[in-house]
Amino acid sequence: MGQQVAMTGNIAVANAMRQINPDVCAAYPITPSTEIMQQFSNFVADGDVKTVLVPAESEHSAMSACIGAAAAGGRVMTATSSQGMALMWEMLYIAAGNRLPIVLAMSNRALSAPLNIHGDTSDAMGARDSGWIQFFSENAQEAYDNLIQAIRIAEHMDVRLPAMVGMDGFIISHSIESMTLLDDQAVQDFIGDCITHMPLLDVDNPKTFGPLDLQDYYIEHKRQEYEAMKNAKGVIVEVAKEFTELSGREYGLFEAYALDDAEIAIVALNSAAGTIKTVIDELRSTGVRAGLLKPRVFRPFPAEEIAEALSHVKAVCVMDRADGVNGTGGPLFPEFRSALYDAPKRPLIINRIFGLGGRDLGLHHVRDVYGELQKIAGTGKIETLAGYITVRN
Amino acid sequence: MAITEVRWHARAGQGAVTAAKVLAEATMAQGAYVQAFPDYGPERMGAPLRAYNRISDAPLTMHCAVTNPSVVIIVDSSLLDTQDVTEGTPEDALFLVNTSYTPAKAAKKLGRSVDHVYTVDATQISIDCLGRPIPNTPLLGALARISGLVKLDVLLEDLAANLKKKFPEKIVKGNTESVERAYKEVKTK
Repeated sequence: MGQQVAMTGNIAVANAMRQINPDVCAAYPITPSTEIMQQFSNFVADGDVKTVLVPAESEHSAMSACIGAAAAGGRVMTATSSQGMALMWEMLYIAAGNRLPIVLAMSNRALSAPLNIHGDTSDAMGARDSGWIQFFSENAQEAYDNLIQAIRIAEHMDVRLPAMVGMDGFIISHSIESMTLLDDQAVQDFIGDCITHMPLLDVDNPKTFGPLDLQDYYIEHKRQEYEAMKNAKGVIVEVAKEFTELSGREYGLFEAYALDDAEIAIVALNSAAGTIKTVIDELRSTGVRAGLLKPRVFRPFPAEEIAEALSHVKAVCVMDRADGVNGTGGPLFPEFRSALYDAPKRPLIINRIFGLGGRDLGLHHVRDVYGELQKIAGTGKIETLAGYITVRN
Repeated sequence: MAITEVRWHARAGQGAVTAAKVLAEATMAQGAYVQAFPDYGPERMGAPLRAYNRISDAPLTMHCAVTNPSVVIIVDSSLLDTQDVTEGTPEDALFLVNTSYTPAKAAKKLGRSVDHVYTVDATQISIDCLGRPIPNTPLLGALARISGLVKLDVLLEDLAANLKKKFPEKIVKGNTESVERAYKEVKTK
């Protein structure tokens, strides 16, 4: 089923948006956004979708328009990247706090300064506490598949949270690779009609959105958001199962690659995971028990499942393509380390920050990381807990 | 798993990115798994540019840079004097140069054995067939001949199908003719 194509991550994502056919798409359509919006606006102009396209004057305005449209009861999507995500920041919290299931496609790109346009996950990490579900994608296929599933997950009545779907800027967004598109009708059947909840445009039943919420109820509402994010875990798995029936492609909260019997393992998001898999295949053929845990979602953070998947491993390197600049490691590191705190057995864990601003992660870099993990597994000692690789010293 | 890595050297605006895309699509039509990507930097018409292909008989998971290509295509021969087009290549890497030079003369400039160097005047062919210097398309025909990466008939079919969507029959025909001519005219030692 489906059509084999060679296309960039951007065009794949724009095609997912075309097949989803959202009611409203508000976006700042030029740089720092990628080609996604340019391609999607072609689909709008050609009449391939019935979407109302709102080209806004900034990402802050774009997200504001998305919030209004979603509150009105529409199925709403947008796309951004890098500084655009940063400029949306204030409105991201409002989308999540108002429980509006907006879906955002993102090419993960570095933040200024220094000025850079290339791939890293700094933009997404800035939004990790905003209440959005966060997906990460290894390649164009996964970005496409995740975006389609995100609609169902965000709109699910046990969740009602916005979701962002990331892929590496340039490395995936601007690179052509083989992938499969689903049939248009199959996507429509899978996502179904937009599930609305108390839409503003239901004028017979007037509602108030976004009123003042002080000491009396604010914390109860935040608590509901917390519960919704917890619920998202189950819904993500449930939707993934249905998606497998449709596509034959399997998804979960994370991908465990050669992890069951691994002695050493790497944790990494996005395209780096693919490069790491190539090295794992190489190492496995020489008898080295190397594995990978590739998070598909960072929000919700599936701590228990991660602990179960990693606790038997002797040494783990959490690799961050972003630096939280706290002086002790990237943003994935403390969360993965703390997930294992209560495990009866836990690995030794190190952190390596790599590839910032699109710096290449080569096969030899990954081999070096596994080499260091082998040493740590053998000696039981960590020399450098956290540090940079793929960098000039 | 057999992976062939290709590097294109061109100047921005010469269509190397498009050529890498067409090569990806045509090899995919033959059942290969493919990647095509350029180096992105400040975009200036005429600036040196590199683009890449990975072509594999099994799914490709790696997303690192192509650093040791076994096939190098030089779309603009003026780059032979300014760029290290042999960087990272094995001794038996295949070089295809768009030039009126003989393979021997191009090999000398490259500092490589003439056994692995091929030349074709793709610019002249495109001027003859299309009335414009767009050497990327004929180079694909020459590549089909010397590398075996893509079959000529598959390439012609894929190219025609793609161009038909945007261009009139005359331009489609000019392009396919230029591919066939380069396939015939590519020079070896």
